[in-house]
Amino acid sequence: MAYTEEELKKELETKEYEYGFYTDIDSETFPKGLSEDIVIAISQKKNEPEWMTEWRLEAYRVWKEMKEPDWPNVTYKKPDFQAISYYSAPNKKPKYDSLDEVDPELLDTFKKLGISLDEQKKLAGVAVDIVMDSVSVATTFKKTLAEKGIIFCSISEAIQEHPELVRKHIGSVVPQKDNFYAALNSAVFSDGSFCYIPKGVRCPMELSTYFRINQAGTGQFERTLVIADEGSYVSYLEGCTAPSRDENQLHAAVVELIALDDAEIKYSTVQNWFPGDKEGKGGVYNFVTKRGLCEKNAKISWTQVETGSAITWKYPSCILKGDNSIGEFYSIAVTNNFQQADTGTKMIHLGKNTKSTIISKGISAGKSQNSYRGLVQVNSRAENARNFSQCDSLLMGNECGAHTFPYIEAKNKSAQIEHEATTSKIGEDQIFYCNQRGIDTEKAIALIVNGFSKEVLNKLPMEFAVEAQKLLEISLEGSVG
Amino acid sequence: MLEIKDLHASVEEKDILKGINLNVNAGEVHAIMGPNGSGKSTLASVIAGKEEFEVEKGSISLDGEDLEDLAPEERAHKGIFLSFQYPVEIPGVSVTNFMKTAINESRKAKGLDDMPANQMLKLIREKSEMLEIDRKFLSRSLNEGFSGGEKKRNEIFQLAMLEPKLAILDETDSGLDIDALRIVANGVNKLRNKDNAIVVITHYQRLLEYIVPDFVHVLYDGKIVKSGGKELALELEEKGYDWVKQEAVV
Repeated sequence: MAYTEEELKKELETKEYEYGFYTDIDSETFPKGLSEDIVIAISQKKNEPEWMTEWRLEAYRVWKEMKEPDWPNVTYKKPDFQAISYYSAPNKKPKYDSLDEVDPELLDTFKKLGISLDEQKKLAGVAVDIVMDSVSVATTFKKTLAEKGIIFCSISEAIQEHPELVRKHIGSVVPQKDNFYAALNSAVFSDGSFCYIPKGVRCPMELSTYFRINQAGTGQFERTLVIADEGSYVSYLEGCTAPSRDENQLHAAVVELIALDDAEIKYSTVQNWFPGDKEGKGGVYNFVTKRGLCEKNAKISWTQVETGSAITWKYPSCILKGDNSIGEFYSIAVTNNFQQADTGTKMIHLGKNTKSTIISKGISAGKSQNSYRGLVQVNSRAENARNFSQCDSLLMGNECGAHTFPYIEAKNKSAQIEHEATTSKIGEDQIFYCNQRGIDTEKAIALIVNGFSKEVLNKLPMEFAVEAQKLLEISLEGSVG
Repeated sequence: MLEIKDLHASVEEKDILKGINLNVNAGEVHAIMGPNGSGKSTLASVIAGKEEFEVEKGSISLDGEDLEDLAPEERAHKGIFLSFQYPVEIPGVSVTNFMKTAINESRKAKGLDDMPANQMLKLIREKSEMLEIDRKFLSRSLNEGFSGGEKKRNEIFQLAMLEPKLAILDETDSGLDIDALRIVANGVNKLRNKDNAIVVITHYQRLLEYIVPDFVHVLYDGKIVKSGGKELALELEEKGYDWVKQEAVV
């Protein structure tokens, strides 16, 4: 039976986060370990041009000499990088022309993945580039986008079909040698998404990518590159789920955003990687480098809702290079049980009259540790730079921790920098008050947490906000009482 | 309606209530007065089911049903409402959203669907007009930055919205100026009917000029030491609590 687009979407029903399933699809997996040969093999496997192979090798050589950072406020057993397999692709190689050609088991996985897609179906018009264990298997709405000259495809495809764009921009915001994980990603990235919005075009729909780790022991190294040409606008959504697994899974993605003059990029993430079980076993290590570059009058907004991962190490940042450019960071980070998160942002003010806003909401429960780490840097030539930062922490119970590490470096006297921070605790009195009005404890916590997070939830595209609210509730289930 | 028998309760092993007996029938207004630390607020919390209080002995029942095993929200669903002496703040949650959640959770417990939005709006309009509440007030975060008077008025607004069987007003008059007091009391009086009951906990006689009780009880050291009609409140005002204390000792 042939599925239509609509029917498939209808099938993708909302489920709670119980994605502890594992899809048994034939995969082609490389032997464990990393060497120049493996890097070359990955590149060859993907039929990449020589410059790409060389670029990967450069990254590998730099990475070999680097050490894992130990400044984040997290503790974990360092992964053995020679015990990871660096490439895994679903075996059915050809790209499908229509969804009824897709492996039924894969469709079933999509069904279980439902959470995000279901929300989208209500607001049809979301193009989804699904990254299933490293290789894109389905891309939709491509035609509509193509009519506007928008390119939205996997990065592998972009390397083949738009090499000039990729070659010009890849690594321009996050260089290979930027940090340990970025270098690793540059050497071995398997796939990811690519997006180009031409001059003056306003992308008519929200672009989405869904990531999912699916092969036991496979690190996932996604690479995303979004280029908004002069005067264009795009809103990009990214959401993730992952199956539960006993051993830790490494996720080291790199996202680069480039907003040319007068362009605007809105990048929203709902991150829901497997956080480990109640004893703190398993869970994804999420070491991500996300950075955007703003040219003149450009604007980049990062909005993130982080509820998953055993360890999160993530600082979506903005380089405000052009005059009058604007950077924004809105974040909700939830940690429960034994989760550890060290997350925040960097706002680098280089141009004149640049403005940045940071709103960070950390929610800690269980025995988790939640750190905000943010840098606001004003360069000597950045006249009239302005920043406003607000970091609020909400604690549940007595065994969790919230930490704030703000760094401010201002080298220009005209800079105006404001920082506000609060820490509060969900009090028994608040819960009793809600109980007394007929609201049970679980619902009361959801209400209080949603209220606390409201300023950030409001920044998300609507369908994402609904999902994010649900996620917050699920993540904190059973955390009090 | 409310029947309290030989109620003993403690907090952190400290005995606070030492044998309370009280019967409140539908249609009645009872006032509980007493000096600071006599156990007035504890009694209110225990009836509402606050967990930190341990019921050592005795029973509380509502319409013949023992409340002992019921969680606070279940007691609320049965129709118990407590107007708090110190209402808490819930940032980011508007008064409207909070009320919507409370009403729908209670409806859910009774097996009803959510209240339709237009009906909810009508109810909000009606009750906020009754209590002379500015509409803007309803979109503000619950109790955040509210003045003492606004907090109390908001409590009574919630009372009006939820229409409970038994309303306990814990020191509702504190923090209210005379105009606000009149508005709040008027609101409460409008809500009085033959099917519900009100327990007013207060330190001063002032509120009782507006909400006229059928019975007045004096609580001292965890016990009701004196009960009478509304004139007892006046007598107390005149003679002070020392009078009761002396009588209690004798």
